[in-house]
Amino acid sequence: MAEVIKVGMADLKVSTSPNIVTTLGLGSCVGIALYDPVIKLGGLAHVMLPDSTKIKNNSNKAKFADTGIQELVKLMIAKGASKSRLQAKIAGGAKMFEVSNDLGRIGERNVEATKIMLKKLGIRLIAQDTGLNYGRTVELNCENGEFYIKSVGKPIKIL
Amino acid sequence: MKDLKEINSIYFDVLKEIGNIGAGNAATSLARLLNSKISMQVPKVELLNFSDLAGIIAGEEETVVGILIEVTEDITGSMMFFLQMDSAKHLVNKLVPPSDDTEGVFSEMELSALKEIGNIITGAYLSALSGLTNLKVGASIPYLCIDMAAAILSVPAIEFGMFGDEALLIENQLEDEVLINGYFILLPDPDSYDKILGSLGIHI
Repeated sequence: MAEVIKVGMADLKVSTSPNIVTTLGLGSCVGIALYDPVIKLGGLAHVMLPDSTKIKNNSNKAKFADTGIQELVKLMIAKGASKSRLQAKIAGGAKMFEVSNDLGRIGERNVEATKIMLKKLGIRLIAQDTGLNYGRTVELNCENGEFYIKSVGKPIKIL
Repeated sequence: MKDLKEINSIYFDVLKEIGNIGAGNAATSLARLLNSKISMQVPKVELLNFSDLAGIIAGEEETVVGILIEVTEDITGSMMFFLQMDSAKHLVNKLVPPSDDTEGVFSEMELSALKEIGNIITGAYLSALSGLTNLKVGASIPYLCIDMAAAILSVPAIEFGMFGDEALLIENQLEDEVLINGYFILLPDPDSYDKILGSLGIHI
């Protein structure tokens, strides 16, 4: 029986086949799914902010793109994943409101910071569904690495 | 920058009062706009971990209406107001007749009525804030977003996330024939906390 494991906001979880790791309603936050196809190990992080070094209150590693991805990779390697096999799929980073201030750009900055950190760690980004102006619920299927994206009033996307 | 926790208990009381006055103002203005009698309950103020926020307002994936305005002048930051879909529909259809659209979708007319309602409600809170603190408070036009509760809530959660893990949520219940649930979040920039509290003679 496949289990569904829920990842909260500023949270990350790792699981194996045949389980599903999900996070509900990504808005400007970014969901980063990492998958090792050989051992069928999947990990999902739901990060809120781009950069932990810019913020004093940074004890929760999963809150930030930089430390969140590092932590997820560490956790997956501890469970037997190989960094060179890891492939990344990302979603989220929407601009929920058409505001012009810094808050309006946070989604975009989250996506940018995510890509920079993946590159720095040498992890391939193989698919993404980011930006625009709507929320996304995502599910990572640990059996095959498929990444499902559900939005209000839109058909399900599979990355 | 102070941690949200340190200033919470004082700010909590201030916010509660703003919530009280704001809800009163909102009920009065809405009654005038909708030409019906509207009563209100005493607002509930809760301090919540941001990961629990969405679950309080609705299911995380439930579609809700979010209205955001940017606050300018003496206090800067933003303010959000959430309405559950059925409450929003009910209010809107007092202004514009229901459209034939499928469930959960608003027509252009309904959307602009919704913005007007958002304007009135947020304006009511801002004048409460301004009246209580004697500070000048300006507001942008209302921005509207109809989407999953968790996705809309990521916006205030991110803003709170910069300096804490918790957010203060005011729950208001207004009532005409039906119960209208509205949720309100005030997000002053960190510097504005000092200004709000300072204006009330509280120095931290």
